[in-house]
Amino acid sequence: MSLPKFTYLAPASLEEACGLLDQYQGKIRTKAGGTDLMVRLAQRALKPEYVMGIRNIPELEGISFDPDKGLRIGAMALLSEVADNPVVLERYPMLSRAAKATATVQIRNMGTVMGNICNASPSADNSPTLVAMNASIVAVSSAGERQIPIDEFFLGPGRNALEATEIAKEILVPVPLSRSGVSYQKISPRSKVDIAAVNVGAMVVVDEQGTCQQARICLGAVGPIPLRATSAEEFLLGKVITDEVAEKAGALAGSDASPISDVRASKEYRRLMVIILTKRALLEARHGTGI
Amino acid sequence: MKQTISLQVNGDTYQLAVNPWRTLNEVLREDLKLTGTKLGCGTGDCGACTVLVDGKSVSSCLTLAIEVQGKEITTIEGMAPNAEELHPIQESFIQKGAIQCGFCTPGMIMSTAYLLNNNHNPTEQEIRAGLSGNLCRCTGYNKIVDAIQDAAEKLREDK
Ligand SMILES: Cc1cc2nc3c(=O)[nH]c(=O)nc-3n(C[C@H](O)[C@H](O)[C@H](O)COP(=O)(O)OP(=O)(O)OC[C@H]3O[C@@H](n4cnc5c(N)ncnc54)[C@H](O)[C@@H]3O)c2cc1C
Ligand code: FES
Ligand code: FES
Repeated sequence: MSLPKFTYLAPASLEEACGLLDQYQGKIRTKAGGTDLMVRLAQRALKPEYVMGIRNIPELEGISFDPDKGLRIGAMALLSEVADNPVVLERYPMLSRAAKATATVQIRNMGTVMGNICNASPSADNSPTLVAMNASIVAVSSAGERQIPIDEFFLGPGRNALEATEIAKEILVPVPLSRSGVSYQKISPRSKVDIAAVNVGAMVVVDEQGTCQQARICLGAVGPIPLRATSAEEFLLGKVITDEVAEKAGALAGSDASPISDVRASKEYRRLMVIILTKRALLEARHGTGI
Repeated sequence: MKQTISLQVNGDTYQLAVNPWRTLNEVLREDLKLTGTKLGCGTGDCGACTVLVDGKSVSSCLTLAIEVQGKEITTIEGMAPNAEELHPIQESFIQKGAIQCGFCTPGMIMSTAYLLNNNHNPTEQEIRAGLSGNLCRCTGYNKIVDAIQDAAEKLREDK
């Protein structure tokens, strides 16, 4: 399968990249690892005149942690780099789990976490945990920089909140609060490699008595975007997350979901899996609070 | 619209004029005639096109040739140390009967090389996870796992 013709651009700085996006608005496509983009080009689902490779831009590199600001995942950080990064493993182990659950070894050596988010697939592996952990995306254009909360980032399948003239620079994930716990759960038709039939990310924060002070639950592949399970979240507030409470929250998450049937699973199966995975995620997250 | 690029493949440097939309897989197979690297799906799913770029396994069907200039590319043709000998991984695949039609084999061997470079003593589960991006229609995988265990052992002894 050969690719359609395009002109390739490789800016060496963010400033240059933003200039190119201004100049070729509507005719240009940003390429990180290309694992989504190249397939869409090969299928002729997209035919940009210009493809802008962003791997020579130093500002987009790296993964770092700051005790005040939290984690920074540069736009060109590979899925495999995030999965194996020592700071991520120590402080954000569920981000590592999600990156590792994405695709194959080869694809993780090419694709980025940012590309996974920007691609805005409702089933993307890295979205639920980033939503649960209240991440934000830093967008840059020649007009300047802005921070987009992840709750406002996904607009629909394949659609994100970036303007045509913007490039996503980095993902910021806050420092985990004390007595907080996170979980990522995924189920897919094949045990490995496959796109999720359903996935769930959850974060809970509890007080010294174990009473839930904050809950963020995100359901993947059961709606047009990664969905917040708001009725389950509200139900949890003020309660100790026992098995029974987690089960009830799971059932509420099941009603928050709006799944469809497709080749990967029927909507009935998806709803059932939302219920079970939410319960599992809440129990693991509670365990992670250490209370 | 062709651009002149320089590619380092298996220790040799090649100067080539390529169009920017050509994949590394196309350039390896069509321009350099290194047809050991296969093209299966063309969409990243099967692993038949796996090569190493700076030591990392990637799908050459989803890689643009112009983006891997200046990087060290290793294909199946670069595995054997010389014309008489095979690489220990290749020997193990033959000895353990891990090859039937052979179409998946170059990709399997490149993925094995990546796995064993990063993990000298993988468990069966780690082998299966490490090779999960490579599909085989013939062997049922068990003999491939045997071959990889055998190769891992030989490579540990060589050290
Ligand atoms: C075989 C195979 C298996 C896969 N399995 C999974 C899976 O199990 N789970 C899963 O979630 N995904 C899977 N994917 C999808 C894909 O690999 C991931 O979404 C990957 O993280 C995309 O990252 P990338 O860097 O390759 O993105 P690219 O393809 O480079 O980009 C994706 C999109 O985001 C835009 N974009 C990328 N970076 C930026 C930026 N910095 N600023 C603005 N826009 C940007 C691009 O324009 C494009 O529209 C799979 C893909 C393949 C080929
Ligand atoms: S041909 Fe590249 S992964 Fe199948
Ligand atoms: S030996 Fe035939 S595909 Fe693997």
